[in-house]
Amino acid sequence: MEKDLWFLYSLMLKSRLYEEMVTRLWKEGLISGEMHLGTGEEAINAGVVSQLTEGDSIALDHRGTSPMLMRGIDPVSLLLEFLGHPDGICRGLGGHMHLYSKEHLIASSGIVGASGPAAAGFALSAKHLRPEKISVAFFGEGSLNQGMLMESMNLAAAWKLPLLFVCKDDNWSITTESDKMRGGSVKERAEGFGIPYIKGNGLDVEEFYETSSKVINSIRKGNGPQFLHAECVHLEGHFLGYQLIRMIRKPFRELPRVIYPLLNSFLKPGGANFIKKLKGIKTVSLSMLKTLTDARKDPTNDPLQITRKKLKSDPLKLKELENSVEKEIKQIFDSVKAVI
Amino acid sequence: MHYTEAVDSAIAQKMVEDNTIILLGEDLPLLRRNLLVRFGPERIIGTPISENAFTGAGVSAAMSGLRPIVELYMVDFVSVAMDPILNHAAKLETFSGGKWPAPIIIRMPCGGGYGDGGQHEQSLWGWLAHIPGIDVVVPSTPADAGGLMLQALQQERPVVFLEHKLFSRSWIEFLGSGGRKNMKYDIPADGSYGNVPEIWEPVPFGKAAVHGKGEDITIVSVGVGVHRAIRAREILKGEGISASVIDLRTLNPLDKESVRRSVKVSGRLLVVDEDYEGFGLSGELSAVVAESGIPFKFARVCTRTSIPYSTKGEKEVLPDVDTICSEARKLYSL
Repeated sequence: MEKDLWFLYSLMLKSRLYEEMVTRLWKEGLISGEMHLGTGEEAINAGVVSQLTEGDSIALDHRGTSPMLMRGIDPVSLLLEFLGHPDGICRGLGGHMHLYSKEHLIASSGIVGASGPAAAGFALSAKHLRPEKISVAFFGEGSLNQGMLMESMNLAAAWKLPLLFVCKDDNWSITTESDKMRGGSVKERAEGFGIPYIKGNGLDVEEFYETSSKVINSIRKGNGPQFLHAECVHLEGHFLGYQLIRMIRKPFRELPRVIYPLLNSFLKPGGANFIKKLKGIKTVSLSMLKTLTDARKDPTNDPLQITRKKLKSDPLKLKELENSVEKEIKQIFDSVKAVI
Repeated sequence: MHYTEAVDSAIAQKMVEDNTIILLGEDLPLLRRNLLVRFGPERIIGTPISENAFTGAGVSAAMSGLRPIVELYMVDFVSVAMDPILNHAAKLETFSGGKWPAPIIIRMPCGGGYGDGGQHEQSLWGWLAHIPGIDVVVPSTPADAGGLMLQALQQERPVVFLEHKLFSRSWIEFLGSGGRKNMKYDIPADGSYGNVPEIWEPVPFGKAAVHGKGEDITIVSVGVGVHRAIRAREILKGEGISASVIDLRTLNPLDKESVRRSVKVSGRLLVVDEDYEGFGLSGELSAVVAESGIPFKFARVCTRTSIPYSTKGEKEVLPDVDTICSEARKLYSL
């Protein structure tokens, strides 16, 4: 492979440590509002983004930090953006869901599914102006129920656009399990538009790089759009402070606040008959229990751990690499601290 | 009672007697879990992320016997579901010769001031109230929120129901603080928590709530702006400027009479609008007064640009007490 595993691991590690730093700043209250991380999807991001070159374009969803870092966006100006600083990449006006870099042809959106039409337009430009350049749409599986993404898939197929659809599938649409809200499978959906569907391993960057490399080369050759599907786990859930994760981590603090009003409402006179009320209790408790046993707690779902294991055969080189990435992150943090 | 709890409580009261009321929306089994355990999973229905489809389905469900409350995560996302609202729900009554209304409620959190960026903090009530054929409700207290929701559930036409996120403990927790204790927001206390009736009574649409008698200035607003204006009114009073604050409560129907009556006395209209300035509520209100021939002076404090993400930029762009006071002083000295 062109990019070796060490390089891919360093991309992933940088992204992870960077987002852990973002988490600390968010917890300190220095970052306002929501914060959606890409922790857990690094293998997918690294596998695809590391193959993009000047003239390729990316349409991002609300988890743009990790792919932007991997594409080489200045990490300091990115972090300053999250802090709302005038020296941020979008002068503090956009925030983490609305990140843009004109020179890299990267645009993001906080609207679910919006990366579909955006990537289609980028691909149309590429077709006219930049031969062999492609555009990539990143999105979650939840957005496959959004009309604009479906329409874009059709558009890409009908116009034979150089467009790679990358579906990062953690099976959660915020607090709803995606497979329960979807008719048919993801594969059938892509193929329904006549778009070749390829399943990749979203946890193993080595495998995923190989898979996406073939797909991307084929798109570059003018074979039209393709759909890359990979499963992953979002280690922090939908966003930082995600209620269901908090419930797992601090049950004694979080659960009473949920259960008391729930019981209060359950016991109120009027409403459904008892059997339906029980069904309601069952629905709510099952969804909470589901979170307790969910994949986010399982370290074997962490793409960094999986790659790290492979690299352990050379512990000295691994240590050296990790030290250097940690140092780099610390430098980023220090230079941001010097500005704010 | 807290604001969002008041809305849910009014819905629950009506759901007990009216089996046709159902709730549709993303993540509702979790977000409206307290209603789910009382009314069962058949009436509190989770949806895929398909706002256009489930809003449209809500409209036709309303045409065929159900009374759906369709909930979107926030008003910003109504852009994705605009066609069923603009071209269908709003047109149906006219197109059917008045024979076939669609009593749907579209409930959406709105507004900014918690650092979520310009794609998640808009107000957009002016954009929605621009459309004939739908009612637009923007309550500013828990009591109004519950009472207006009860009225919405009795309307025989589509209602857009907007709850400002700063009023809502649960939304600010979900989208703003995420459980962090160190986040501070400028939350109007009377808007987020207040007394509510034991049994909900409908609050009629098209009747503004008027706070105080203003000899010098009439301040008109909705939502969080009302509370900012009330605070400004107290400050101005200390400076010898007498202002009244009109809380419109609903934009469609619009209580033109209360606005005209007050401006007739004060001769000055100041509109405080968290929504965009151009082609919106502020311009509409100036037209309402101008059309009646009352001579008046006019100023407005509105949102003029996309809302910046940064806390500082957000504060500069959204109407606040200081800007209201300074605009009021300027208007007074004209």
